[in-house]
Amino acid sequence: MTSRNRRMTRAAALLAAGALTIGLAACSTGSSDPESSLADAGVEGVDDGTTLTLWTRAPLEKQANLLVDAYNESHENQVELTVVPNDDYVAKVGAAAGSNGLPDLFAADIVYVPNWVKQGLFQDITANIDGFDFKDDINKGHLSAGTLDDKEYVLPFVLDLSMLFWNKDLATEAGLDAEAGPANLEEFAEWAKAIQGLNKPDTYGTATGLNCGGCLVFTWFPSSWADGQEVLSDDGTESLLASDTSKEIYSTWKDLWDSGAVLPSSKDEAGPTWTAAFTEGKVGIMPYPATLLSSTPFDVGVSGLVGPEGGASTFVGGDGIGVSKDSKKAAQAWNFLSWMMSEDAQVGVLAKDNDVVSRSDLADNEYSQKDPRLITINEVAGQGDTPVAINFQQAFNAPNSPWLTMVRNAVLGDADSIDADNDEITAVLSQ
Amino acid sequence: MTATLPAAASAPQRSGSRPSRPARTRRGRRNALTGWLFALPTALFVLLLFGLPLALVLQMSASDWPLLGGNQGFNLPQNYVDAIDNRFFLDSVWFTLKYTVLTTVILLALSLGLAMLVQESTRWKGLLRTSFLVPSALGLASASLLFYVIYSPIAGPFAGLMKAWGFTFLGTPDGALWSTIFLIVWRYAGFYMLLMLVGLQGIPDDVYEAARIDGASRWQTFRSVTIPLLRPTLALTTVLCVTGSLLAFEQFYILTKGGPDNSTITVVQLIYGIAFQGQNDLGVAGALSVIVLLALVVINIAQIRAFGKKAED
Repeated sequence: MTSRNRRMTRAAALLAAGALTIGLAACSTGSSDPESSLADAGVEGVDDGTTLTLWTRAPLEKQANLLVDAYNESHENQVELTVVPNDDYVAKVGAAAGSNGLPDLFAADIVYVPNWVKQGLFQDITANIDGFDFKDDINKGHLSAGTLDDKEYVLPFVLDLSMLFWNKDLATEAGLDAEAGPANLEEFAEWAKAIQGLNKPDTYGTATGLNCGGCLVFTWFPSSWADGQEVLSDDGTESLLASDTSKEIYSTWKDLWDSGAVLPSSKDEAGPTWTAAFTEGKVGIMPYPATLLSSTPFDVGVSGLVGPEGGASTFVGGDGIGVSKDSKKAAQAWNFLSWMMSEDAQVGVLAKDNDVVSRSDLADNEYSQKDPRLITINEVAGQGDTPVAINFQQAFNAPNSPWLTMVRNAVLGDADSIDADNDEITAVLSQ
Repeated sequence: MTATLPAAASAPQRSGSRPSRPARTRRGRRNALTGWLFALPTALFVLLLFGLPLALVLQMSASDWPLLGGNQGFNLPQNYVDAIDNRFFLDSVWFTLKYTVLTTVILLALSLGLAMLVQESTRWKGLLRTSFLVPSALGLASASLLFYVIYSPIAGPFAGLMKAWGFTFLGTPDGALWSTIFLIVWRYAGFYMLLMLVGLQGIPDDVYEAARIDGASRWQTFRSVTIPLLRPTLALTTVLCVTGSLLAFEQFYILTKGGPDNSTITVVQLIYGIAFQGQNDLGVAGALSVIVLLALVVINIAQIRAFGKKAED
């Protein structure tokens, strides 16, 4: 019996030792790869057949796929794309950042970029960006969101602009000038009511996502900007969303909601299907993401988002992309970024797909010339804005954000707590 | 390993025949070693999968630990203060308790009823048992997604009805709560029925026969025979159901996301929200987790005591 026990102990010890050896071996193979840094990347980066990893979130899947496929076809390096559901993206990146397991490249919702840059998730690419001779033409909103202490960390991956879209057939049917579009917020409300007035089954004047903080930020902030009214203080710690302009925006939507011109499911819409009804032709006019222009099957009119006094603006959203702090193949990763900013990618991939280019010198290209709506979108992009705040997610995008509370009180409720709710937003922003 | 079993099992018998003292202790020590070896795999699992994560959560709850920034050092009472000061803390505790009480009462009453129905019926027993149990084969997240579509005012089968009657399942706080409870009852009734059924079958027939001879009515039999003899099963199901409901997450995460108007935030959802959706503060989330853990320990001790005491009466 004793010898049997001893044999067992010995076997267990052997097993443990074996497991350790395998573990160690795994570690050593991991670190024996040659490392490359951004310093030796140059303008072009290195294209030597390395496999790179890239993460992005689901709403930009189509553009990401197009870019990655085109890159893989024309380069030695191969990019492996991972698409993560929108709601899980922050958690996944957070977990990876904590365990030093970030992919070589990852995109981030541009409103989270200031915070993620501050947390040190991206590598400094200032010197590499300075190598571009078109540096001044890169979208300013995205670049400044990814700039901390005069160092740049992020390039625009895909631009997503909020524009006013209308269904031309429905507008014409309601006796509206489908080519011109509404000139201010009041006319926008009139349009929505006129299309609602057609009394077509299953067809509504307008729609939005009243339980989706991100959608509301994306579609309502520009109406303030169009009137020259800021929504956040410069340092992003104070909310200016109780201004007269903002209150007028809320009351316009409250009026539309009360008169039944808003798609009823908008009330509980938390994001996943906020654009679906328009795409199906059941909604007349709504603020809508420009990235969906290419997948809208019928004829739509497009303009910038209007304010109470007119004007036009847009939310320059979408995703920024950078080289992660954990990347051991930074020079190769830069090769992808460098190609992504080139005319080949911007025009040959993005513009060809009716997407917005992130370089203003390429805004007028062979594809946009065919479609005047693209010229409109590219022009408004220059007048748009990207809000910068460290606590943006908690204040606006989170499912229980004070911004959602405010909008729901102002539009679905009796609208008497806007000032108090705005203080709550400021309290979160200034934490 | 198998070879040592009979030897270990026969040891006590031999020790009965008065062996010399030193031999007995040596054998005892050897037995103890074998015992430890048998317990080792479980102990390792508990240590790796429970002990270490628990230690990590305790460390998080005592540290300033942003999700993206990693451990930034000691931050002890502040995390707990922040957790309790959170503007949804009291709301979420209250909602979780309300949900737990409602779910437990409905689920246990219904599953006991179903179990008795299945036991009484002779003809349809197999069919009934299967049909109640089938939903349990579905994961909770998949079941929630299924109901998300069923409740959807756009894509669901009741979309037309909802439009005609002007209501939505998930549109009002009460609607969202009851719609979720319905999902949970649908999903778990079969599972608890099975537990109840096992308990019912453990009650010997002669007790019922004695009750019948004494002329007890059905209700009297149920109250004075079935319920007291079912107490261990009731204790088990209550503890399971209460603990499960207090930790409710998936169903609300998928169906309501805490809405409408933050009316359906459970404590675990609040923890998830603080950690991953907005504040991104693992320290405060860890502190809240520790508070929930302590509350669960207290609640479960209270439940086990309560059921134990009654059994002695």
